[in-house]
Amino acid sequence: MAVTVVSLSACENARTDTLIQSSQIQDDALPEPLIDIEGEAKEGEQIFDSRDAGHCVLCHQINGLDVEFQGDVGPELTGVGARLTPGQIRLRIVDYQRVQPGVTMPSYYRIHDLNQVGEEFEGQPVLTAEQIEHLVAFLSDQKG
Amino acid sequence: MIRLAACLLILLTSCSPTADVTLPDDAIATKDLQSGSAFLTEETRALQEDDFENPGLLWVERGADLFVDTSASSKSCADCHDEQLKGVAASYPQLDELSAELVNLEKRINLCRARHQDLPELTYESDDLLALTAYVANQSHGAPITVAVTEETRASYEAGEAYFYTPRGQFNLACNQCHNENWGKKLRGDTISQGHGNGFPAYRYEWQSFGSLHRRLHDCDTGVRAEPFTLGSQTYIDLEYYLAVRANGLPVESPAIRR
Ligand code: HEC
Repeated sequence: MAVTVVSLSACENARTDTLIQSSQIQDDALPEPLIDIEGEAKEGEQIFDSRDAGHCVLCHQINGLDVEFQGDVGPELTGVGARLTPGQIRLRIVDYQRVQPGVTMPSYYRIHDLNQVGEEFEGQPVLTAEQIEHLVAFLSDQKG
Repeated sequence: MIRLAACLLILLTSCSPTADVTLPDDAIATKDLQSGSAFLTEETRALQEDDFENPGLLWVERGADLFVDTSASSKSCADCHDEQLKGVAASYPQLDELSAELVNLEKRINLCRARHQDLPELTYESDDLLALTAYVANQSHGAPITVAVTEETRASYEAGEAYFYTPRGQFNLACNQCHNENWGKKLRGDTISQGHGNGFPAYRYEWQSFGSLHRRLHDCDTGVRAEPFTLGSQTYIDLEYYLAVRANGLPVESPAIRR
C-alpha cells in the first residue's frame, strides 16, 4: 500500500510554549473561557464574517447570515450551538488539531509547533482570546 | 485504486528511466486530473483560448522579439534554436547535465545566456525573463507534461513532495489539504483548483499582470501566513518539479489566464 513520505524536518524555530495547557482540556472541550469577559454574539458575528478578523465564511456557511458566497470546505454551522457545547466550540476554534490531527482548519489560538511562520505573525495567535470568546457566544447561539 | 494510479504514472513516464515513486494515499488519480482552466468561468476560458485577446500573448510576442535579438550579443537564441524547442517545455524542470542541478525553464534560459551568449542573468520575474519563458513554453502549447523522476533527481522530487505535504504558516495548512483533499469545494466564491502549474507563466487577474509559477507559489505561502521563499530558489524549483510530475499528462497551457 502506498505510504505517505512526509517527514517533517523543518520546525527549526518552532516554539514549544503553549497558550493552553493540557490540563485545561476535558475530552474534546475547553470548558473555561480564555479570558474573563462575557462573549457577545453580535461582536462574534462580525468576527465570523470579516476578512480582517476570523473570516470563517471562507470555509463555513450559516443559513440566514447576510454574507455573499459562503464557502463549503468545512461543515455548515447552522445549528452548531445545538450540536456542540460552548466548551467544544471553544476548543475547535482554539486548536482543532488537538481534536482531529490533520484537519483543514487553522488553529486560531496557538503559537507552538508551527513551521515557517511569516515573520510578521511570529509568536502571535491568529485571533485574540477576546475575539474567540465572542465567536463562542455567537456560535453557541446558533440553535438551528 | 491508489496502486493503479501509481502504475499509470510509471507507465506515463516510462519513456525515460523512471525511479519508482510511491504515491501518497490522497494523490489525485490520473483519470481525475484537471487543469486550472477547468475551474474558470466560461468567459475566462474563452479569453484564454482566444489567439488575439489573451493578454498573455503580449509577453509571448515580446519573447519572440527577444529570441531573435542580437543587439547585446553576437548570438541570438534563434542562432542555436530554430524549430527545436517544440515540446521542450513539457519536460521541465529537468536535470542540467553540466552542473548536475535541477533547473526550470527560467533557469535554463539564464544558463544559455551565461554559457552561449555571454549575457548577464535576467532577474527572476523581470518582464524579459517572463517573456522568453512564455515564448518557449508556448511552443509546447497542448503538449502533455512528461516529466520523469530519475535516480539523479529523486532527492529533488522528494524535497518537493515533502514541501507539498508539510503544514506551514500561522494557519498551519499544507498544500495537499486544499489541492488534493478539497479541490472542487468553495473558499468563499472561488472554487479550489487541483494546484497544477501547467498554465504558467500566466496572466493572473489578482495581479493584473503576467507572472511565474514561483510568484503563484509565493502567494499561496503568504496566504497561509508562512514566510515565503525567494522566487527562483531551489526550494521552489523542487516544488515545481514535484508539481510537474504530479501533473504528468496534463497539457501545457501557458500563457494561461488564472484568477
Ligand atoms: C480553511 C477552512 C476553514 C476555516 C477558515 C475555518 N474552518 Fe471551521 N472547520 C473546517 C473544517 C474542514 C471542519 C470540519 C472538521 C471535521 O472534519 O470534523 C471545521 C469544523 C468547525 C467546527 C465544528 C463543526 C461541527 O459541526 O462539528 C466549528 C465550530 C468551526 N469549524 C468553527 C470555525 C470558526 C469559528 C472559524 C473562524 C474563526 C472557522 N471554523 C474557520 C474548516 C475551516
